[in-house]
Amino acid sequence: MSEVRSPVLPAARPVVNPDTEEFWKATAEGRFIGRRCDDCGSAMWYPRPICPFCHSSNTRWEDFTGRGTVYSFSVVHRAGGEWKGVTPYVLAYVELEEGPRMMTNIVDCDVESVAIGDEVEVVFEDTGHGSALPRFRPVRAEAGSQA
Amino acid sequence: MNVNDAAVIIGAYEHPGRELPDKSLAQIHAEVAIGALADAGLTLDDVDGYFCGHDAPGYGGGWVSMAEYLGLRDLTYMDSTESGGASPIYHVSHAIAAIAAGKCNVALITLAGKPRTGVQPGGGGPIRPEDSFEMGMFTGAGLVSTYALAAKRHMYEFGTTSEQLAEIKVAATKHAAHNPHAFLQKVLTVEDVVNSPMVADPLHRADCCLVTDGGGAIVVVSKEVARGLKRQPVRIMGQGESAKLTNGGRLDLTYTSAVWSGPRAFEQAGVTVRDIDYVSIYDSFTITVLEILEDLGFCEKGEGGRFVMDGALVAPHGRLPFNTDGGGLSNNHPGHRGGVTKIIEAVRQLRGEANAGVQVPDCEIALVHGNGGDLGTRMRSATMILGREAK
Repeated sequence: MSEVRSPVLPAARPVVNPDTEEFWKATAEGRFIGRRCDDCGSAMWYPRPICPFCHSSNTRWEDFTGRGTVYSFSVVHRAGGEWKGVTPYVLAYVELEEGPRMMTNIVDCDVESVAIGDEVEVVFEDTGHGSALPRFRPVRAEAGSQA
Repeated sequence: MNVNDAAVIIGAYEHPGRELPDKSLAQIHAEVAIGALADAGLTLDDVDGYFCGHDAPGYGGGWVSMAEYLGLRDLTYMDSTESGGASPIYHVSHAIAAIAAGKCNVALITLAGKPRTGVQPGGGGPIRPEDSFEMGMFTGAGLVSTYALAAKRHMYEFGTTSEQLAEIKVAATKHAAHNPHAFLQKVLTVEDVVNSPMVADPLHRADCCLVTDGGGAIVVVSKEVARGLKRQPVRIMGQGESAKLTNGGRLDLTYTSAVWSGPRAFEQAGVTVRDIDYVSIYDSFTITVLEILEDLGFCEKGEGGRFVMDGALVAPHGRLPFNTDGGGLSNNHPGHRGGVTKIIEAVRQLRGEANAGVQVPDCEIALVHGNGGDLGTRMRSATMILGREAK
């Protein structure tokens, strides 16, 4: 279980569909779940019932660790809409421990000190509509030893 | 028979305007259509195949409303394949296939936009609720910042620098200085580029393409139709299409789908990178050009930064003259879509009609490459190899 908290970045309400309903329900409880194929063993992002690698329907939800490393990032200095007021912020791809790379934000950090390869962990930002957005923050040494 | 033997490019026209507040979007489509047909020696009454993207104005996002506006009454083939800014390059490929299949004889392809004066392009459309891909879209991601993710990773893996990316912009500005219609007339230095405001690290404002109104059109006709026309045709030697999506999370930001579309086009054309005299490379951002040059095989993966240094891309005498009109980085990127202008400049080069200071001597074979969508998420590629043809 990870923290679900008030958002530090804009947290729009996701549109839930049958593919993603379980995922969003879990986020509201601070659980980061993903989808894995039992035929080829692949974890995938985003979750869907049919494996994009071997095309089997034999897929299931599993608890992901919510930990990963920064694959790439950008410190965004100019943005539109509600994001205009929160620059600079960090857009990133995080490579999850399970393998897939997902687009997200790095939060709770000095934006100028983020680097590729940094270890990060998930934190959930409440949308106020029964769901929360998975974002990632640097793993601090103390926090790491407790995990 | 090689499908490419069925048809040729016979007309090309770029709207001279870059800021068009007093024209409707449909009117710009119409003006470029008439311009390209006039270049070919044809009129709207000759058109039986029509192609445009989903960013065209009107009903349903596609060709219907524009066909009505233009008064195209004899259409036998219509295609609104949507591949972002690369769409017109797909349209040329599809027009050739349609002509080879006997479905039409005179194909008109139009692109227009006016984001400078109030019409925001709708071509990509909203992400519809049933698309779970939207799960990656709660991140404040924009077009510049997602391309920045690719640039950052390329720098990390290969040591590419902002100064090397800037060389691409500098070459484009040198070309634009020869083009009286170019939006950006000032020649920039590497220092100018890297000192321009940071938009999304590591991409500066000067690493980005322009925002311009305008458009362009292409006319592709059967060999039989071309024989009755006076204009110098351009031969299509090879073409390739491909897509690179987020692949279930196994994505790699250091290459584009040009790694697949390129070899298909080269194989059809029966030529190699060494045979290419001129390239029109999609230049939404400097990093787009760099990755595509690597992916098409003009240099090894990771060597793009070194490849573009020392004026390699500068016409007429650089190793690989590119985007001699100034490209989307300095001339024109109408409606946020650079595909049609890439084809038009390649046609000019092959006809010997580029601006005097940038005409590549004895330009016989040109490559056109379009990148639609987003280097950082989902993209589509189209590569075309074009050849000079005697009239």
